Amino acid sequence: MTSIFADRRRLWLLLGYIAAAAVLFCAPLYLSDFRLNLLAKFLAFAIAALGLDLLWGYTGVLSLGHGVFFGLGAYAMGMHLKLQASGTRLPDFMDWSGLTKLPWFWEPFKVFPVAVALGILIPALLALFLGFFTFRNRIKGVYFTILTQALVIIVTTLFIGQQAYTGGTNGLTSFTKLLGEPLRSDTMKTVLYLATVAVLVLVFMLCRYIANSRMGKVLRAIRDGENRVRFLGYNPATYQMMTFAFSGALAGIAGMLFVLHVGIISPSMMGIVPSIEMILWVAIGGRGTLIGALIGTLALNYAKSGLSEAYPDFWTIGLGVLFIVVTVFLPGGIAGLIRSGAEAVRRIRGRGNMHESGAHSVLQGSNRSV
Amino acid sequence: MSQAPILSCKEVTVAFDGFKAVQGMNLLLLPGELRFLIGPNGAGKTTMLDVICGKVKPVSGSVSFHRRPGALDITKLQEHKIAESGIGRKFQTPSIFAGLTVMENLEIAMSQNRSVWATLRATLKPSERERIDEELALIGLGDQRHLRAGLLSHGQKQWLEIGMMLLQEPEILLLDEPVAGMTDKETDKTGELLQEIVRKRTVVVVEHDMEFVRNFASKVTVMHEGKLLKEGTMDEIQSDDRVAEVYLGRGKGRDAHAVG
Repeated sequence: MTSIFADRRRLWLLLGYIAAAAVLFCAPLYLSDFRLNLLAKFLAFAIAALGLDLLWGYTGVLSLGHGVFFGLGAYAMGMHLKLQASGTRLPDFMDWSGLTKLPWFWEPFKVFPVAVALGILIPALLALFLGFFTFRNRIKGVYFTILTQALVIIVTTLFIGQQAYTGGTNGLTSFTKLLGEPLRSDTMKTVLYLATVAVLVLVFMLCRYIANSRMGKVLRAIRDGENRVRFLGYNPATYQMMTFAFSGALAGIAGMLFVLHVGIISPSMMGIVPSIEMILWVAIGGRGTLIGALIGTLALNYAKSGLSEAYPDFWTIGLGVLFIVVTVFLPGGIAGLIRSGAEAVRRIRGRGNMHESGAHSVLQGSNRSV
Repeated sequence: MSQAPILSCKEVTVAFDGFKAVQGMNLLLLPGELRFLIGPNGAGKTTMLDVICGKVKPVSGSVSFHRRPGALDITKLQEHKIAESGIGRKFQTPSIFAGLTVMENLEIAMSQNRSVWATLRATLKPSERERIDEELALIGLGDQRHLRAGLLSHGQKQWLEIGMMLLQEPEILLLDEPVAGMTDKETDKTGELLQEIVRKRTVVVVEHDMEFVRNFASKVTVMHEGKLLKEGTMDEIQSDDRVAEVYLGRGKGRDAHAVG
């Protein structure tokens, strides 16, 4: 019966995940410092990609504004690091801008756990706030997406304009230590890398739990027919709001880790281009599958760091072409390709299961008739 | 009237950009009743269902749902609240969730606590699995339970949706042309399903297929140009001159579904 295959498949999947986690956890043993730092950065991105996938791939809500949530998390951590680096004095850029006293909203970021909590809460609450006014008023589809773009412009403009409070275009940098330890030491880098992998594993398991829960089914139902869900007695707006806030929180966590690895955050890193790039990770990896979002993030970022070094002018064009090719020819992304490949193999072996066919994630015959 | 109605629509008027799709329509439903709503295209039948399930808000008139705890004013509730209070709606085109399996479709349709927190923690309990299995047997989709619903045939999709409606356990069920686009065989099976459904709840069916309507000995409401034209048994309807004029037309009812 099919259940035996399903059980065996689940076992292989679990072994695969454990192997992948082991490879990631052991990376400090076989990667150079530079490579490890690069991987750490990409894994931080992957955390944001998982949240976006839950929002876009599962719920069907396309946000082109996640750079903001990423940035807010990053700034929360950046502010803490800046205060640590400055010691008892004012952060340098405030001095230059003529401030004599630390602004009140910088105060809480002196304490590490508070900064971390705010780095998650601020993006989540902003997403909840925006979601409350959009989803409840049934603003959806492309209109919602445009609003998220507007959010990016508003926030980046605000951060650039308020130089005295945010560091302006230059952003926040010259960090020295975290929790009293030097930030650039080898041990600290390894610890931060391992922390990132641990957070990623936890977030992945959490997202997987949500996706497989009944809530995950309701989310996919909202993607297929929001109105129909309403007439079943669910309030889609609440589900969309919660998912939007959750993905905002994940982007915030990603941003915090990013700052720890890269040592700088500026408005250009939370702008329109990074926001769209995040969507590309999910699209190319395969929306609607969590592992796809992970693979897409790693694949695209490695391609970017490789290609942009060799062909700096060609890279952005290549990115655009890649996006078009994937959307037109590979709607399931890399994950969809792997899956249909596996299905083809199974079919050739002559034991194709009925329920595996057409499991191709998102784009098949959505029902939007209501 | 000896029995208290479960749903009462009084003087309901619906306007779309000035065009009055429904004008001063009255509709009373008794508990357990099966009511057919017929009329030519554009008579306002579907709009009437839209009003009852909250998809469309009337400009005037009242719609009250008389439940045991007290009457609910439908016109003031959001759609999901209306659905939760016990009014289920099946749309004309099968609107199942294509990306979910048959089983998953039924699982989320099942009457349950529908908050985010509850669904996040919900597991399929044995009693729930039994309910779903029973339903699958009734709609005849037991072998397709793990199939993605988007891959079902048109008729199967309609049955899945009826199954979803039943698991939702509404007190009032609104069906919009449940047999449209079905083969004769599929229509017969849907008729059997409907007989099953009617035994437990109040049902309103919008239907064009007169042969299908004739299978059920129940009350028929005829609408024309947004107004109530006639209410009565099928025989009374067919012998009514005005109905024959506007709706049944030349065919005297024999092949009236060709009109729709």
